[in-house]
Amino acid sequence: MTLPPTPAQTVGPFYGYALPFYGGDEIVPATHPEAITVHGYVFDGAGAPVPDALVETWQADQHGSLAGAPGSLRHDPVTSTVIGRDGVRFTGFGRVPTDADGHWALHTLPPGAHRPGATPYLAVAVFARGLLHHLHTRIYLSEHADALAADLPALAADRRATLLATLERDRLYRFDIRLQGEGETVFFDFQ
Amino acid sequence: MTTQHEIDAAIAKAATGGGAHHPARDYPPYRSSALRHPKQSLVPVVDPEAVELTGPVFGVTDVTELDRDLTLGHHGEPHGQRITVSGRVLDRAGRPVRGQLVEIWQANAAGRYAHHLDQHPAPLDPNFTGFGRCRTDDDGAYAFTTIRPGAYPWRNHVNAWRPAHIHFSLFGTAFAQRMVTQMYFPGDPLFPYDPVLQSVTDQSARDQLVAEYVHDLSTPEWSLGYRWDVVLDGPSATLFEDGDR
Ligand SMILES: [Fe+3]
Repeated sequence: MTLPPTPAQTVGPFYGYALPFYGGDEIVPATHPEAITVHGYVFDGAGAPVPDALVETWQADQHGSLAGAPGSLRHDPVTSTVIGRDGVRFTGFGRVPTDADGHWALHTLPPGAHRPGATPYLAVAVFARGLLHHLHTRIYLSEHADALAADLPALAADRRATLLATLERDRLYRFDIRLQGEGETVFFDFQ
Repeated sequence: MTTQHEIDAAIAKAATGGGAHHPARDYPPYRSSALRHPKQSLVPVVDPEAVELTGPVFGVTDVTELDRDLTLGHHGEPHGQRITVSGRVLDRAGRPVRGQLVEIWQANAAGRYAHHLDQHPAPLDPNFTGFGRCRTDDDGAYAFTTIRPGAYPWRNHVNAWRPAHIHFSLFGTAFAQRMVTQMYFPGDPLFPYDPVLQSVTDQSARDQLVAEYVHDLSTPEWSLGYRWDVVLDGPSATLFEDGDR
């Protein structure tokens, strides 16, 4: 017996005072010696940046552990304001809204292999006004391009490339999300 | 300018009569969907990796008991009808989703969001922000105290009004169970005109988005009680795994 799921609805335009939280973009501090930054734009089908999208990521730690940890939304006990992570425990969860120019950036550690031989990646959920049901994709770091090709051989090379974060300079990766049209990001349906 | 009549016709045209649980991402009556849905099919993953079958964890450091009451935290009482909204979060196997984060946000009683892009001429309420969070308990139950939000206009078409609703964001044990949706109030006359609700074309699925007024959940001299249960979708692997992790 399975229950029918509750239908999804769009996140709408006004989540901005509710869902984003202080430090949502800093899974580790940007100053962490091993931190990487992943950043990019969200684009619509006309190539215009999407200023009201929300990008969430979930990942293994550097050793491949998916245990996560609470504390992404740690709050001040006096004011109850969210003050961010404690800088010690790796929660694995990131949440960042796009800027007015459709840009997002987050600071984290490179994920480790979550099982022996697995290709590491960041799981991504994308929400936006205009998107009635959120989308899932994955961010693979460019050094894992060959492993990704071996994992998803059925996917055409140009489509597979949309899952790769390219290295712009040391520890800075670029990952654009194209909701529609040329270079449309590969989105997954987990069955 | 698109009229309500044209939107009504588009809603009727897009009505499939049922079967689909979730809205199509390409739904012309909701005009913002036009450029924001993928045209390629989603790539099926029949055997998701552990990354998608696990998810972020939340604990006592993430939520205080007071965060569930949206009428607190200001100098005075908000305007509007005080309500409680409670229910259970379940997976598709009917098991409670325990210890997971539920976040809500909503307009105030006049239908205005505390968001600077919401400029429609209804008053902001200095005693209401409209954001709350809680964690589900061992029974998968959540509960919020808030005020009933107002309907509000938007610019999808001329004379477009959203029925009163509360936005919900929910986590399961698997990141692939992630869910964002909206809860509506029973009997709202705006339902047939709203492309966002009507994007769910199956009547019974649409009904799942509407809370139930439960008199026994009302508190004398204090609040009206609504119940709304949520069933998280997810890959089949989430049906068989042990619900606790
Ligand atoms: Fe809304």
